[in-house]
Amino acid sequence: MSTSTLKLQDSQIKIINNICDSFNNNPGELISILHRAQGEFGFLPEEVQRAISDKLNISIAKVYGVVSFYSFFTMTPKGRHAISICMGTACYVRGAEKIVDEFKEQLGIDVGGVTEDGKFSLDCLRCVGACGLAPVVLIGEKVYGRVETHQVKEIIESYKD
Amino acid sequence: MAHYKMHLLVCGGTGCRASQSDKIVENLTAEIEKLGLENDAQVVTTGCFGFCEKGPIVKVVPDNTFYTQVKLEDCAEIVKEHVLKGRKVKRLLYEDPETKKHIEDSKHMGFYQKQLRIALRNCGFIDPENIDEYIAREGYAAIAKILEEMTPQEAIDVLKKSGLRGRGGGGFPTGLKWEFASKNMADQKYVVCNADEGDPGAFMDRSILEGDPHSVIEAMAICGYCIGATKGLVYIRAEYPLAIKRLQTALKQAREYGLLGEDIMGTGFGFEIELKFGAGAFVCGEETALIHSMEGNRGEPTVKPPFPAEKGYLGKPTNVNNVETLANIPVIFNKGASWFSSIGSEKSKGTKVFALAGKINNVGLIEVPMGITLREVIFEIGGGIKNGKKFKAVQTGGPSGGCLTEKHLDTPIDFDNLLAAGSMMGSGGMIVMDEDDCMVAMAKFYLEFTVEESCGKCAPCRVGNKRLHEILEKICAGKGTEDDLEYLQNLSKVIKDTALCGLGQTSPNPVLSTLEHFYDEYLAHVRERICIAGSCKALKLYTIIADKCTGCTACTRACPVGAITGEKRQPHVIDADKCIRCGACYDKCKFSAIHVQ
Repeated sequence: MSTSTLKLQDSQIKIINNICDSFNNNPGELISILHRAQGEFGFLPEEVQRAISDKLNISIAKVYGVVSFYSFFTMTPKGRHAISICMGTACYVRGAEKIVDEFKEQLGIDVGGVTEDGKFSLDCLRCVGACGLAPVVLIGEKVYGRVETHQVKEIIESYKD
Repeated sequence: MAHYKMHLLVCGGTGCRASQSDKIVENLTAEIEKLGLENDAQVVTTGCFGFCEKGPIVKVVPDNTFYTQVKLEDCAEIVKEHVLKGRKVKRLLYEDPETKKHIEDSKHMGFYQKQLRIALRNCGFIDPENIDEYIAREGYAAIAKILEEMTPQEAIDVLKKSGLRGRGGGGFPTGLKWEFASKNMADQKYVVCNADEGDPGAFMDRSILEGDPHSVIEAMAICGYCIGATKGLVYIRAEYPLAIKRLQTALKQAREYGLLGEDIMGTGFGFEIELKFGAGAFVCGEETALIHSMEGNRGEPTVKPPFPAEKGYLGKPTNVNNVETLANIPVIFNKGASWFSSIGSEKSKGTKVFALAGKINNVGLIEVPMGITLREVIFEIGGGIKNGKKFKAVQTGGPSGGCLTEKHLDTPIDFDNLLAAGSMMGSGGMIVMDEDDCMVAMAKFYLEFTVEESCGKCAPCRVGNKRLHEILEKICAGKGTEDDLEYLQNLSKVIKDTALCGLGQTSPNPVLSTLEHFYDEYLAHVRERICIAGSCKALKLYTIIADKCTGCTACTRACPVGAITGEKRQPHVIDADKCIRCGACYDKCKFSAIHVQ
């Protein structure tokens, strides 16, 4: 798996240490700490994991084991606009697979990938619970419901930056 | 407190919020102020009404007017007509799909008539961010009564008598579970609420937490008193930001009111609740895996026994219940065990919440008495199949369950009947499929999910499911053989018998049940290389209908592999061996002359 690296500055290490301190450096709070760290850095590269393992005094293998186990944690940075397509059963039977294919084609990336300019990333997720609107696409916090393939291009183009 | 003549309840659930229901609240409030009606009518953001298909919903009480698919620009009209002049806005009322009449009172909607809302009693009725509204609906009355009048064992006995069984999937009697935890002595015990709703297509727990968080908090405190725990933990999906926010607000309010913390209501009993976030792992719905995850580890399950009731979180006795189970508990104490046990079927008491989704007209959240038939749920509450298509199957129990077919439509739904039919209750997802859905592809979809979510600890699940998935892929690609079907059967049984935890043991269910009920469809895939539903791309058979073909040659030019031949102005033919089933000819033909099977 390709991973991105990040040279941590002292100020960033301080941020990590502060997060760990706020959980009393308790290894039992590792998942909460990782949530906060990912919120801070956007992803969890090796250096961040190493800093956490140093601070909590646990092996980096343990930290990596947890990061790689849970789908919420990522070791690659997301695009500025993270596109997530719901592949829960309700969306699947209402044609989510076709929507995924259309996004893949329009963006020229695979699921899990990021466009070269770093603008979009594409992921699938399991059920956001808005099954009444299936199929559902999430871009950042915005929810698009009852998406049809012909709308995909328009949706992508509405993100201009 | 001000006394309003009218309340406008706006659904603030995730589904309706995705359609701007928060802005509708703002607009309605602004319009009310504009007309100086702020002392007459109040706008309230509530939890989910369940009727997600037609969201956003605005309900007006006391007259139970039910406005569907309300848009921002409709707000002014609702306030001016309904609030000011007392005239309903007809065009926004729900229209009965059969009679085409607008329904004036939501009680007369087919969607609600067969429902009985116990766990969802407050969802869509109260403001989940206001503890006073919960209290006004008998909230925290159960814990007050228990702390004052009952011993822990007396309370457990009430629960046992009620017949409540766990709503998370297994259906284990809740009272018994509490009793086990209460009998194991330790210096600290824990109450855990499992809110890691991972079944794709299910959103029962999320809706309860968003719409009525206090009922879960109250039930956890009751459980703490009964089993002798002073600490509670809610393990909740990080993907549910709104539920997390509502729960945090509710916890804060409960602490301020002295309903959580040390010395609750001056009785000397103390209880505190903390949130723990999941990070996206389906297997964490299994109790032992959930506990490992709460301890900061990989969420891998361990062999039971020891059960969590003996050795759970941090090695201490722990009681794990799911959200819906807990939401039932305060009412059982308010209304009595015999009231609860009078509802439902012989061995499954009370109600069950289902998330109806898929190819059904009324997608949404419903709560029905146990023992109701699938026919009533799908055709009366659900309003039948979308676009007039034919019902094919319904999947209950998510990736661990199986499909039920037409012959099960009149089977009463309860824990035991569903198991006997080769499916399971599960947490309550109900996905309806129509004639266009290929059952082999559905089994493949679920296996893909299991392969992705398998924690990898035991070989039957890690390797076995991967093999199952490969065979299903092979069949869908038109390369399967009849031997593969037998192999599927046998391997499924091995996985079922040997996997470590509930996820692995139930993962082959979608394969086994589709094999049982739709064997013909599998056979058609491997023998005739045909997908009856027409959904497996590799098995589509494209032919040209000679009568309709004008010989325009558009298809010949569109075909990327030169599989179409024919003279100009003469009917063309497709060479099935060369055809790659891309569908380019079908898209290009202006005369509907391409037939797809």
